[in-house]
Formats: sequence, structure tokens, C-alpha cells
Amino acid sequence: MTETLHARDERDVTETVAWALAGNHPLELRGRGSKAGLGHAVAAGHVLDLSRLSGISSYEPEELVLTAQACTPMAEIEALLVQRGQALAFEPPDFGPLLGTGGGTLAGALSCNLAGPRRFKAGAARDHFLGFRGVSGRGEAFKAGGKVVKNVTGYDLCKLVAGSYGTLVALTEVTVKVLPAPESQRTLRLRGVDAQAAMVAAANSAHEVSGLALADGVTAIRVEGPEPSVAYRLRALTDLLGGEPEVLDDAASRQFWREIRDVAAFSRFHDRALWRLSVPPAGGCALAARLAAETGGRSLVDWGGGLVWLEMPDGAPRADIVRGAFSEGHAMLFRAGAEARAGTPVFQPEAPAIAALSQRVRRQFDPQGLFNPGRMGG
Amino acid sequence: MQMPAPDQAAISALPALLAELESFLPAGAIVAERRSVKAFETDGLSAYRQEPLCAVLPRTTGEVARILKVCDRLGIKVVPRGAGTGLSGGALPLADGVLLVMSRFNRVLDIDLPNRCAVVQPGVTNLGITRAVEGQGFYYAPDPSSQIACTIGGNVAENSGGVHCLKYGLTTNNILGVELVLMSGDVIRLGGRHMDAAGLDLMGVVCGSEGLLGVITEVTVRLLPKPETARAVLLGFLSSEAAGDCVARVIAAGIIPGGMEMMDKPALNATEDFVQAGYPRDAEALLIVELDGPGAEVDHLIGAVSEIADACGATYRRISTSEAERQLFWAGRKAAFPAAGRISPDYLCMDGTIPRKRLPEVLSRMQDLSRKHDLRVANVFHAGDGNLHPLILYDANEGDQLARAEAFGADILRLCVEVGGVLTGEHGVGVEKRDLMPVMFDEVDLNQQQRLKCAFDPTQRLNPGKVFPTLHRCAELGRLHVHRGALPFPDLPRF
Repeated sequence: MTETLHARDERDVTETVAWALAGNHPLELRGRGSKAGLGHAVAAGHVLDLSRLSGISSYEPEELVLTAQACTPMAEIEALLVQRGQALAFEPPDFGPLLGTGGGTLAGALSCNLAGPRRFKAGAARDHFLGFRGVSGRGEAFKAGGKVVKNVTGYDLCKLVAGSYGTLVALTEVTVKVLPAPESQRTLRLRGVDAQAAMVAAANSAHEVSGLALADGVTAIRVEGPEPSVAYRLRALTDLLGGEPEVLDDAASRQFWREIRDVAAFSRFHDRALWRLSVPPAGGCALAARLAAETGGRSLVDWGGGLVWLEMPDGAPRADIVRGAFSEGHAMLFRAGAEARAGTPVFQPEAPAIAALSQRVRRQFDPQGLFNPGRMGG
Repeated sequence: MQMPAPDQAAISALPALLAELESFLPAGAIVAERRSVKAFETDGLSAYRQEPLCAVLPRTTGEVARILKVCDRLGIKVVPRGAGTGLSGGALPLADGVLLVMSRFNRVLDIDLPNRCAVVQPGVTNLGITRAVEGQGFYYAPDPSSQIACTIGGNVAENSGGVHCLKYGLTTNNILGVELVLMSGDVIRLGGRHMDAAGLDLMGVVCGSEGLLGVITEVTVRLLPKPETARAVLLGFLSSEAAGDCVARVIAAGIIPGGMEMMDKPALNATEDFVQAGYPRDAEALLIVELDGPGAEVDHLIGAVSEIADACGATYRRISTSEAERQLFWAGRKAAFPAAGRISPDYLCMDGTIPRKRLPEVLSRMQDLSRKHDLRVANVFHAGDGNLHPLILYDANEGDQLARAEAFGADILRLCVEVGGVLTGEHGVGVEKRDLMPVMFDEVDLNQQQRLKCAFDPTQRLNPGKVFPTLHRCAELGRLHVHRGALPFPDLPRF
């Protein structure tokens, strides 16, 4: 039976970790549990629930920074930012419907290094993570980074913590960069074109596209910015790519990209295995088509080809086929039943030297392997 | 500034080291003669000088791996160096260490436009990357002022910025992969042409690690299509408050300019004397705001910025009407450091970042400090992201001026931290700000950072004495203090 410990502040976290350290009690770190199904099952007798570390500590729109307690709900942050015409530029997805859970937290988005359709232009969570406070697996509260947008003082530990799935540090407070939200947007939808060629042509043009997806055989290209600029670029892209595109207006465009961001197309059948592949973008569409044909699954391409989602026809992951289909990049088994996740490396196995180095890095933060043991494998 | 005492055993191992190196390196790759070694005694922070034990200039990853292995075995330290343009002394040689000079890694290996990236060797210059792809309409975005000389390997080590990084990010946001040699000689490849890491983002922490974690032997950089157009506006203000207010209002209006630079009166006059960019000499503060992107957007935003500037009381406004004029606006700003060199025999360039709203207070207190230390200061400022570059003017041959300049600089950086900022925005800690690290981080913070190095370089032979004020052995850092056996808080909610 798993016992849940609810921390209220950083001191509670520190003392809990000190206790865990002394008795060698592994801990599952949890915010709101929206992404608890990502990675491997955690072998821990206790859950350290951090969801009460919530609340925005400071928000200075003109400084482009926001500091919040780690487990502030993402919805609360987005609601505040929108009032000042700002946003998290990495477009954090809401994977609740995809994974059959609820909304997540800021620390959760950072810890899983989430990124939406703007990834290829604006970066991922890692690129907007400026600083943190947290407790190491040594039971010590420490800080890294800063609360300003430009900082190279000391190692950039934020990058390491982003995407570490809670295996390095229990975050207690985080600072992120916020940016003006684009004033308006529209989307071109093209049928009957070579999707990859159209995406490369659009991305390599000077028209600053911020979304490039292939869904249901339709290539979608988003432009965002001040209205006169959006209108101008939309015309230029239509001329460049030819054909007779359908244009989604601002509201329809927002809705469309929200669905791409959240992978809404694959949120219906939770029992089907789902892969997330990160690959060199120019080969993404071909890879997606080949894998869909070979596995009988369905695919969705985002990031101009750099991100491929592949939903299997059933619960079997078929890892050999998926991981055998590309030579550069990596594939994560994003959603699968407990048995499938236990039998397949969820994260792409790394070269032995990198795996060994990563393990040494982890042990420098968490020498006894107390935090989310097994989550990232190894 | 003190470096750790040289290890005499390492110094006496020099003949053995040279014998081993000569067995696999070509003749010209080893510089051990005293006169020639002297050429490497400093980097861009020329106030500090130290001849290395010897300098080695390899050409291949295999050679780098063998050099590191030999040094590791003989217990000899290694300091990596790119072009030696760094401003914080990160490539300052050690008396008991090999200087590993990466300048011969100077080839562009692959240009992959469909994937919008290029694979380059670390000794390729920052501008060299753009030069290699600009014919096809692309460029590499980070643009430190030293871009004509600084290398991409050095940029990765320092996580370099530039005037366009508010919009386009620092080096870390613009690289996709690196090849790295650890002190053990192990070669690892992190990232690639895809966009994110499979496991821990080790590349993310290698970038900006100032040569303490590994030696970079290859870099995959992101390329961007060149903006359709770029135009700049010069704005003069009667006070730095008014200029700062203008910057804040531009950002509040949702505009992120490609570049937004501020200069104070001493800086703008020094650069105007040097390059005659046409800056308004009577302004107390000058802003250069550059908008880049699609033509329609740039025209729209130039209008918006002009209106904001008027509302903030700008007394001077000039909008570039040609590419040549835009370049001229920047010529002054990009020559700010050499211009300072013309009005003063020596200068120290500081690099703190502050919350932008504290600028007027920081500038005013900097004037107090200028009087206290009896040295002049000129300010250039990446206004969009709050990154200050105070140039402290001094003469190293005059009495205690160097010591006073260092003390003045330290006071400025303490001030930056006091108002909520940081010690360095883009130049790195190196040796220059090493001893100030405790102003920003406590011992627990610093120890945790130093533990990271233990994972990469457990014997701490790679660039020791930089970044961290105190060296600790990894065994000491690894010690765990377990002192509690029971949950100490009976009131903790649990169920």
C-alpha cells in the first residue's frame, strides 16, 4: 500500500527527503498526477505529493518573467498571462485527454520538457526555464539559474532538470520566461501537395511560419503576428506553395492548433499504444507514412516533420518496427498499458557511454536513487 | 585574483608529456618553446596573463581524445581554448596545465538546408557559419560582438549571446547537437539533427559550462532563413529613465525587437568619435531599436515604436532608409569596446543582468561608485533583456588603477545581484567573476553545481580554478550527511 505525504512548503520537502534518505524510502514525486503515466512505473512505497506548493509568487510582464511555486496549475498561469496579452511561447500541451488524466502543473510541463507546435521556432520548455529552487536527493534545498531573462552564471542546471521527469530534484519554485502572445493568426490548409516539400519550402522561406503539421492528409501552415503581417505572409505563402488552400481564420486556427498540440486525434482510445518520435524534420512525413503502413496505425506529423505521433491499432507497442524505422533521433512509448511499458524501454535506449554519464549525473543529485526510481529506466 | 598553486609534479612531468604527445601528433601541433608559448598567455580578458605548460593544437577528435587520456594519466590539467576572445578569462592558461587550442578544427562539415542545420567543427568562427550559408538565404542567429573572430566551440562553452538574443535566443537555444570528449578520453555525441533529447539533456548543461565538463569537437547548429528585411530606429532621450521607460513600453505593447540597445552619453560620444555613425551627441541616452521580419510587419512595428518613443519624450529620431544606413547605426554600437579602448589605455567590460525596471537606480548608483573608485565608466546595455555592459576605463600603468577597476567592477556586479539580477548575462564567470559567485549562490548551491563536474571529470583536471571560488575533491562533495531517521513533522498531512 502506497502512502502519500503532502508537503506544504520547501521545508516539508526537505524534511521528507531527509527522512527518506535516512530510511532509504524511495519517493514518487507527484504534482497533480496528470503525467504520472509517462515513463516507466515508479517503484516507490511513498508518494511525495507537491501539489500544495501552488501559487504565483511574482509576475512582471515588462520584465518577461514569472515566478511561481512549482506545482501551480498550468491553467492558473495561462489565465493570468492572457490578461496581459502574454503566453508561454513553448505552447505547453494539455495531455490530460490524451492520457485520461486532468490538467497539469508548471513544474510538470518543465520536468517533461513539453513543447507545442511552435517548437521548431520558439523552442521547448527547456528554452524558457530560467531558474528554480528545489530539494536534491541529498535532502538539501538549493537554487540554480536566476530570475532575469539572460543569465549564464554557473552551470545551466535548468536544462538538465527540464526533461528529467523528476529524477534529479524535487522542484519547489520555478521561474520562466514569458513572451507577448501573437496578436493574430491564420492557417493555410493544403490538400494534394507533397506535404514534406511544402513544409520545407515554408519553413525555409522568410515568412516566419510558426506551425507546420500534417494531419489526415492535409498540410497545415500557421502564421502569427500583427494582422498586416499575417495577411501579407499568407498571400506570399499561397504564391510560394501554389494550389488552392483553405484558410482558417483566427478562431478556427487557434482551435486547430490546440488539437494538434494536445494530439486530440489520438485521445479517444486510451488502450492503444502511442509513440512519440523526435527525428530530423526533413524525413518526418516519409517516416510517418512508412510506419503507419507497416503497423496498421495512424500518424500525425508536427514541427515540420520533426515530431511524429504514431497510434497503434491496438495495445501492442511493436517497438522493434518503430525503433528500426529510423537511424537518427529517438522514439518514446508515450502511452501504453502497464504490461507493455514494463516489457519495452519507454525511452529510446542510449549509447552506453551516454547512459553511463547520465547515471553518474543522476547520482550527483540523488545518490541513493530516491526520486522516481525507474521512471526513465536504468 | 589568485589561481590555485601550480602542481610541481605536473610541471616536472612536462618532458614525459612531450615525449608521449610527439609520438602521435605532427611536429607543428605542439608548442613548448617558451617564446612561442607566450603568445597564448591571455585571452580577451588581458588583465590576467599566465604562460601554459605547453600549447597543443590538434586537428582531429581522435587526437583530442588521446591528448586528454595522456594528460589524465600523467595528472596534468587541461585548459581548452577557441579563439581566445572570451572576456571572463575562461581560457586563461594554467602554469601546470596544457592549453588545448582548437583553432585547427576549422571546417564546415555539412550544410543541411532541408533540416535547417549545419555541422561544423568548433574552430569555425561564428561569422564563418553565416558566411557559409548566407548565399542560400540563411544565417546563424547568435551574434556576439566578437563574431568575426570568436569560434562556435567557444560560443558553446560560454553560451554566448549577442545583440539579437532577446528575439532569437543565446547559443543554447540555437544548437542541436555536439560531439564532446571527456577528460577520460571517451567521445560522446549528444543531440543531432532532431530537436530534443532522448534522456537527460546533457547538451543543455554542457553549453555554458566554460570548458569544465568536456572538450567540444563538433557542433550542429540551427540555421534560420534570413529575415526579409530589417530596419533600425535611432532614438535620443534626455534621461536614461525616459529611455528605459520606452523599452518597457515597447515590450508591454507586445513587440520583441530583433535588437534593442542602449548607450549612455560617455559611450555614445566615444563611439561617435570613433566611427561617426551620426549619433546625437546631446542625448543622455541613445536607443537603437531594430525590427526584422517580413516587410509589412517591420513597417507596421516601426510606426508603433515611433509612437511609443514620442510618448516617452524622445528628442531625436532617425529611421534607417537603407541597409547601409542600418549597418551604420550598428557600426557605433558594435565598435563600443574598441571605442572605449581609444579614450582609455585599458578598460574592463562588465556583464551583469538586472531587472530592467531597476536601470535608473543602477545607473545612478554606478555614478556614485565611479566617484568612490575615482574611475570613469561608460555604459552599453542590451536593453531588451537587461544585460548591462559597463566599461570601466583605467590605465594599468598608473598606480593602483587595475586594483581599483577590479574593485569597481565587483561593486557593480554586487549591485546587480542586490537588485535581483545576476553576475553574468553572456560573458561567463571564468576567473573574472569566480570569487563573486558566493554573492549570488550559497555554499549548498555551489556544491551542487560542482558535483555535476564530478560526473564528467572526477579528477577535476579540466579547466580547474575557473567559475568556482573553492575547489573541493569529489569524494568530499559526495559525502552524505544523514541525520534523521523518523518523519520529524507529526503535523504533515498524510493518508
